[in-house]
Amino acid sequence: MTAAITTANRTAGAPRMLGKLVWTETKLFLREPVSAFFAIAFPAVLVVVLGKALPGFLEPAEDIGGRRPIDIYLPIVMALAIATVTMISLLSVLTAYRERGVLRRLSTTPVTPANLLGVQLIVNMTALVLGSVLAYVAAVTAFDVAAPANVVGFGIAFLLGSAAMCAIALLIAAVAPTSRASSAIGTVVYFPMMFFAGVWTPGPMMPDAARRIADFTPLGAASQAMQDAWSGDWPQPLHLAVMAVFTACAGAAAARFFRWH
Amino acid sequence: MSVIEVSNLHKRYGDHTAVNDVSFTVEPGEIFGIVGPNGAGKTTTVEIIEGLRAADSGTVRVLGLDPRADRAQVRRLVGIQLQESQLPDQIKVWEALDLYSSFYPGGGTDWRALMAEMGLVEKRNTTFRKLSGGQKQRLSIALALVGNPRIAILDELTTGLDPQARRDTWDLIRAVRDRGVTVVLVTHFMDEAERLCDRLAVIASGRLVALDTPAALIAGTAVPGVERPTLEDAVLSLTAVTKAAATNRSQS
Repeated sequence: MTAAITTANRTAGAPRMLGKLVWTETKLFLREPVSAFFAIAFPAVLVVVLGKALPGFLEPAEDIGGRRPIDIYLPIVMALAIATVTMISLLSVLTAYRERGVLRRLSTTPVTPANLLGVQLIVNMTALVLGSVLAYVAAVTAFDVAAPANVVGFGIAFLLGSAAMCAIALLIAAVAPTSRASSAIGTVVYFPMMFFAGVWTPGPMMPDAARRIADFTPLGAASQAMQDAWSGDWPQPLHLAVMAVFTACAGAAAARFFRWH
Repeated sequence: MSVIEVSNLHKRYGDHTAVNDVSFTVEPGEIFGIVGPNGAGKTTTVEIIEGLRAADSGTVRVLGLDPRADRAQVRRLVGIQLQESQLPDQIKVWEALDLYSSFYPGGGTDWRALMAEMGLVEKRNTTFRKLSGGQKQRLSIALALVGNPRIAILDELTTGLDPQARRDTWDLIRAVRDRGVTVVLVTHFMDEAERLCDRLAVIASGRLVALDTPAALIAGTAVPGVERPTLEDAVLSLTAVTKAAATNRSQS
């Protein structure tokens, strides 16, 4: 009898508990306005500002095969969005929760710290997808940018790129001794990653040597793979492999080194 | 049946023996205090009972369960307040209580009533960052009780509280005990131990040096030059003896 009640409670309790955790963490995410802005609104704002303000951004250019810079820039903005959410939002919340004993406090309840990490991934990935969709909608409405020609390929590249960057964020959170150290490491990773993603030298404008290095960075590979899929090709196996290897290695190392307190 | 059984517990950190052959039992419905100087091994002992740390040897049973092997079950039955742990800055008082209550089968206890008992109703919409030290402490105690636990383990219960808040908290702990909850209290305040605890475990240098009621501990103490020794005198003389012994041992 008691066992039956306990089991019933447990099965009814788990979704309620996770639902409440997701909802609470979502509210907490939105209460950090700067980081919420950069995750959700910034990619769309960037697309609009680039299209409106930069000369030639809406003119077909020969060195990129007659396409407009704005057409090839949207997947790069999405790579930037991946880097921002993982290296800034996700990383700072994970480190702060560990450093300040939030994870330790939770580990005294029926919730495991792993539950909370999972919920953080859900909340941050939702913000990332939302931000990317907004950027897409802005690009389509304002500048008539075409939809990705290879939707499946694009989806794979986006997901795998996000997974690799999440794994790296988890690894930094696992090894950084303090919040300050982790945000410093995050920043040091963030800017070169954006360079290799082509934020400053989009698509074919990137020098060959830089491109060759970019192929082997997770965000560079994600950016290339998303650009390929956007124009109708399949992502190159090399890029998919780079992202998969980063996901697996950084993820395994993070799981190995993460201290709950 | 005892609700907590600790037998021959040992824990070392490198060269330092934090817990050295500690055994005791906690009986249902009592307020059990663990006292001793800083670094005596109090917190390590309760962290092993809570399952947050593994012992090197010895056994712990909490309501008949192994706190590490039966982690999930123990977590539902034991409410824990940790010495130094916090909540996210931006979480509001009511949200924390509502969230933590959802972790327990059947939603734990009525968190609104608990919020009123802890005097936090006025602060219900205040974020954790903006609470005073005492309010944070009261919220932390409330979160330890929100799962309607059979045992509450409270570490440094009233640190940071003003005298009135301390007395209010003691009343609350007695009320919790009167509902049938067994309370384990780690403290270095002797007035708190004396007024609140039914029995006290005195720990020094990792060893259990005495286990008795506060009154019996005081009665058993003869301090030269002190006519009516207090509990503090009693505990100090007990822990001083052990420290001297430990020093002698390490020197010989």
